[in-house]
Amino acid sequence: MDQLFQQLINGLGLGAIYALIALGYTMVYGVLRFINFAHADVLMLGAFSAFYLAPAVEKMLGGTSAVGVILVFVAAAAICAVIGMTIERLAYRPLRNRPRLTVLITAIGVSLFIEFTGQHKSVFGASPQPFPRMIPEKTFHFGNVIVSGNDLLMIGVTIALLAGMWFIVQRTRVGTAMRAVSHSQQAALLMGVPVNRIISFTFGLGSALAAIAGILYSIKAPGIEPLMGVQPGLRAFIAAVLGGIGNLPGAVLGGLIIGLLETFAGGIPGLSNYRDAIAFGILILILLFKPAGLLGRSTVEKV
Amino acid sequence: MPFPGAKRWLFIGIVLAVAVSYFAPQFNRYYLGVWTDVGIAIILATSLNLINGYTGQFSLGHAGFMAVGGYFSAWLSLKVGAGIAEAFWFFPLTLIAGGLFAAVVGFLVGVPSLRLRGDYLAIVTLGFGEIIRVIAQNTQAVGAASGLKGIPKLTTLGWSFGLAAVTIYAVTTLVHSTYGRGFIAVCDDEIAAESNGVNTTRTKVTAFVTGAFFAGIAGGLYAHHKQFLSPVGFGWLKSIDIVVMVILGGALGELIEGSLRMFCGRVPLKGLWATLGIVSSAVLLTWLPELLREFAEYRMIVYALLIILLMLLSPAWLFSAISLRRERRSS
Repeated sequence: MDQLFQQLINGLGLGAIYALIALGYTMVYGVLRFINFAHADVLMLGAFSAFYLAPAVEKMLGGTSAVGVILVFVAAAAICAVIGMTIERLAYRPLRNRPRLTVLITAIGVSLFIEFTGQHKSVFGASPQPFPRMIPEKTFHFGNVIVSGNDLLMIGVTIALLAGMWFIVQRTRVGTAMRAVSHSQQAALLMGVPVNRIISFTFGLGSALAAIAGILYSIKAPGIEPLMGVQPGLRAFIAAVLGGIGNLPGAVLGGLIIGLLETFAGGIPGLSNYRDAIAFGILILILLFKPAGLLGRSTVEKV
Repeated sequence: MPFPGAKRWLFIGIVLAVAVSYFAPQFNRYYLGVWTDVGIAIILATSLNLINGYTGQFSLGHAGFMAVGGYFSAWLSLKVGAGIAEAFWFFPLTLIAGGLFAAVVGFLVGVPSLRLRGDYLAIVTLGFGEIIRVIAQNTQAVGAASGLKGIPKLTTLGWSFGLAAVTIYAVTTLVHSTYGRGFIAVCDDEIAAESNGVNTTRTKVTAFVTGAFFAGIAGGLYAHHKQFLSPVGFGWLKSIDIVVMVILGGALGELIEGSLRMFCGRVPLKGLWATLGIVSSAVLLTWLPELLREFAEYRMIVYALLIILLMLLSPAWLFSAISLRRERRSS
């Protein structure tokens, strides 16, 4: 029983990170109807921003403090938001009216560009580097269950950001505009919604979430390297599809399910070699049997 | 428009391939090796073009079928042993066996996934490609993660170019046949094709299986050329390589046709230029990494930029911009 709770907490922590990344995939899909392959690499850039910022901030404030940690998070999120908006402006916007597959290949190109540039020795280098201990590791004991402070932090941050997202999308003017754009770009344009600015904003928001997820992921990971985004990015993408791509609560639900599945499946010997194959297998099964996802609505194609 | 003198071109191709392989021992071994790679690349690009280009079904798992064919034919060569493997009829048999096995896998993958469209199909085929790679990585019979070593060197320049000619012939005649109209119809508009009596599912699966068959043959050639197979080499990056080859090939073909139309007013030998585009893009993209060997650390960065630029500046867009300017000027 204790074991079960232990795994449950670990799985929820991991799932929370996947949910944050999945939110970015799903929001971009909502407004632009395409899969932003470079999202996972923005996550990596977020982790590296924190990697360089954390020591600097620590020096500036003279020691680790809650203010410093928050500062690093906000700064990394801001950097990635700018990067995300730049990618959209330079690579995706010129292709707005072209076939979706053209955009998809461009996204793959952008992703490869970021990964290989990052691997160059004058940028980040290909070998993993230890992530700074930004947050002192604390553990809490509930009976025999050990809960790590980081897991609680992840779950807490995710819930807070999710609430924030929900507020932005449902209760603000920008959010209304985002929903309008996702419904129909043309109609939104006719109603006076600045579509380009809204799409740019969506990219910024998704990239900021990816940055935060990247830092949280790195705190647990043994080291960070330019390809670190690929694995969580893939899981999060599957989570977004599982929940119903374009659907915000679906992304969170999908993220938690994938996180829990991965944690529980990790305890079964012999399966770990096939982890990627299983992840893709789940994706294929969802797409074949319920392409709209758990919470998504299926659309009818009109002729 | 049937392919003009397709049989003649096939004949010329095969004769050239045989002639070249006759003189091959006198060539530099390095050049020989890279040109053999070019032939294999032509087969891969042509076969993927049938799926991605003519039928419009975006597949990102072509390297997976190449892996299936390569591993199967290499495994056959190794199992049979030295005595029979030297016989000249044995090599084409293993290649065909590899191709057929890849075609069977292509059928199993294609039937469920071709119901999906656009980027979902791309993701699912990518997923299947990765699953094939993971299976190869964990199968002891084919060397698992350390790879399959000691495959006999049976691929020659002649085999690679001869089979490239056969692939081009098969794909172009298939597409230009009555049956092949269906491929293009599915690409143009699936719903319209279906309402005109084209069995779209069967057409798509046929394209997919045929493409997988030739990818399997290319895999067999590759295995007996490199003499070593490693699952890492068949990752999704390899599939992207082939996709980029097809896209660049299409762009080059359009570029040639567009310039012909612009300067000659008409396009002679229609249908040939698309093939020429694919072939030249296979040559270019196989030689590019070789020429950039000195700048190995920048190679992939350049490659990624190439993909992005290729998408941003398509020739169709280029020509429409030019003709638009002309119209404006004339009016």
